[in-house]
Amino acid sequence: MGAIQNKVAGPVSEEMALVQAAKRGDDSAFEELVRRYDRNVFRIAQHITQNREDAEDVVQEAFLKAYGNLAQFQEQSKFYTWLVRIAVNEALMKLRRRKPERTVSLDEDIKTEDDSLPREIADWSPNPEQQYTQAELREILSKTIQGLPPGFRTVFVLRDVEGLSTEETAAALELSVPAVKSRLLRARLQLRERLTRYFQRREPGDGRSGGARGEDVKDKDVASGDSNQ
Amino acid sequence: MKCSEFLSELTSYLDGVLDEKTKAELENHLSWCHNCYVVCDTTKKTIEIYRDSQLYELPEDLRSRLRSAIMTKCQQHRKRGPQSV
Repeated sequence: MGAIQNKVAGPVSEEMALVQAAKRGDDSAFEELVRRYDRNVFRIAQHITQNREDAEDVVQEAFLKAYGNLAQFQEQSKFYTWLVRIAVNEALMKLRRRKPERTVSLDEDIKTEDDSLPREIADWSPNPEQQYTQAELREILSKTIQGLPPGFRTVFVLRDVEGLSTEETAAALELSVPAVKSRLLRARLQLRERLTRYFQRREPGDGRSGGARGEDVKDKDVASGDSNQ
Repeated sequence: MKCSEFLSELTSYLDGVLDEKTKAELENHLSWCHNCYVVCDTTKKTIEIYRDSQLYELPEDLRSRLRSAIMTKCQQHRKRGPQSV
């Protein structure tokens, strides 16, 4: 079983040249940085906030903050990692405002008992995503990731969706490398467990062939929301 | 190797960052433990499904609007000075 390949970010030197030009006051260079990373920032923000308007705000606020603080950026790390750090903080602030009754932090005391031990071991259908329409699949994936605590889903999205390295994720979230690794493992296992309910191979004659297709996605038990935060 | 030991190394295994000796031990475990094989395989598929899902893509029209709003505010910020962000 091969290792997962990560997306590779663009050349760092080119990025640094844009940053240096932007620092000198070249707004078109900054605009190029916006073009380069706006989609990533939006994805990250929506994964964390689970709200589209909040994600739009986060994109604007994160780039504005980056622009206003460009002189403070030391160029010892990648601009993108620095930008992600700003965006994650903005997104968490949005989440806190929306859910003031809960503590929303990446350092929250996440349950220490082993909540990630696999219980559903069933194998998946060969092409599980093809059992669903694109819209159904998006809803399943969105609700499933929504059920993870923010600290888990943030690590998962940075590492596995955006392709940051463990060290870059740790730097962006101001977490230790072991903390990132531990959260990533638990996030991956919890998502796998929840997706198994939709994607597991059905034996002919069990009355449920074709997976959960035909059932209303909304009724499935992934919408447990933030109950485990 | 026990299943719990396998699980604790699963993330490093999927990321391809294990030394050869540990990797061989894990693959030996995978060769006879069907449950761990399934967990490993479906975890890998979980990651791939999310990565390929294009969940939360930014539509082009919204993207242009956001970018021009950002650049307008940046220019206002430059005119007003560094305290305004």
